Amino acid sequence: MHIMEGFLPPLWCAVWYIIAIPVVAYGLYKIKKVVDETPESKALLAVSGAFMFVISSLKLPSVTGSCSHPTGNGLGAALFGPAVTGVLATIVLIFQAILLAHGGITTLGANCVSMGIVGPLLGWIVYKLLFKAGIPSKINIFLIAFIADLATYIVTSIQLGLAFPEPTMMAAITKFFLIFAPTQLPLAVAEGLLTVIIWNGLMTYRPKLLNKLGAISDDELAKGE
Amino acid sequence: MKYENLILAIIVIAILVIPLAMYSGLGEDEGYFGGSDDQGSDGVSETGYEPWFESFWEPPSGEIESLLFAVQAAIGAIIIGYFFGYWRGQGKEE
Repeated sequence: MHIMEGFLPPLWCAVWYIIAIPVVAYGLYKIKKVVDETPESKALLAVSGAFMFVISSLKLPSVTGSCSHPTGNGLGAALFGPAVTGVLATIVLIFQAILLAHGGITTLGANCVSMGIVGPLLGWIVYKLLFKAGIPSKINIFLIAFIADLATYIVTSIQLGLAFPEPTMMAAITKFFLIFAPTQLPLAVAEGLLTVIIWNGLMTYRPKLLNKLGAISDDELAKGE
Repeated sequence: MKYENLILAIIVIAILVIPLAMYSGLGEDEGYFGGSDDQGSDGVSETGYEPWFESFWEPPSGEIESLLFAVQAAIGAIIIGYFFGYWRGQGKEE
């Protein structure tokens, strides 16, 4: 999902920056708020960011014969919502853009929108709906990670299709979608399962904190004890 | 379930090993196991577009690049391990 340095025309770089900046600013505000209200959530923030660090550094082989990397954005979205993942993704993306020449500073806004904001947002919406429907968080966390991962790459396809609408915009979006999505599908499943493993750990050690953050229901907390 | 995490980990490994088995013997030279991010860039270059900005610095070789990716993973893994160990040692949540 990394759009490489210089691979978006300046206008589109600006558009995605303009969309990303207010959300990331709101994410910073939300981090401050949640840390003030629940100081022990700092550790969970660190783990969510660290999880994104690890997971997005792994370029994994897929059945299509290409490699791609998962995004690690579902966990943070489930715990803190999609604005906070925007902040976490920005840190990861800056690290990769500067030290690895993977992604870029000009395309940081676009990459932040896909991996940090819209991907997690779509997963988070599903998470909240299923949460209300009483679906166990273990299944739900798989789905948020799976959806956020896949949606990240779909957003990238759309971003590239919009910037390079040749021959038509839809044809271009489809072309990029077919580059990313088939490869990503099994990797999104793998990411979902890895996120469940981390989730099981958090449910073992910090269920009350998860409940306080609104990530698991009171029923589930009571059941776990 | 007692072995849940183990089973999940085995499924993850299977998902990742299957492609290696499917395309066993094929490598980069035959066009396999390249990165989809780079294929995305190729898709852009196909349209005749020239990137207007270059990275300030690039890892000078594949070895240095994999070093830095490993550092990235290690930083994340240390943080996760630190907090899980801390929580485990702390015992039951207040």
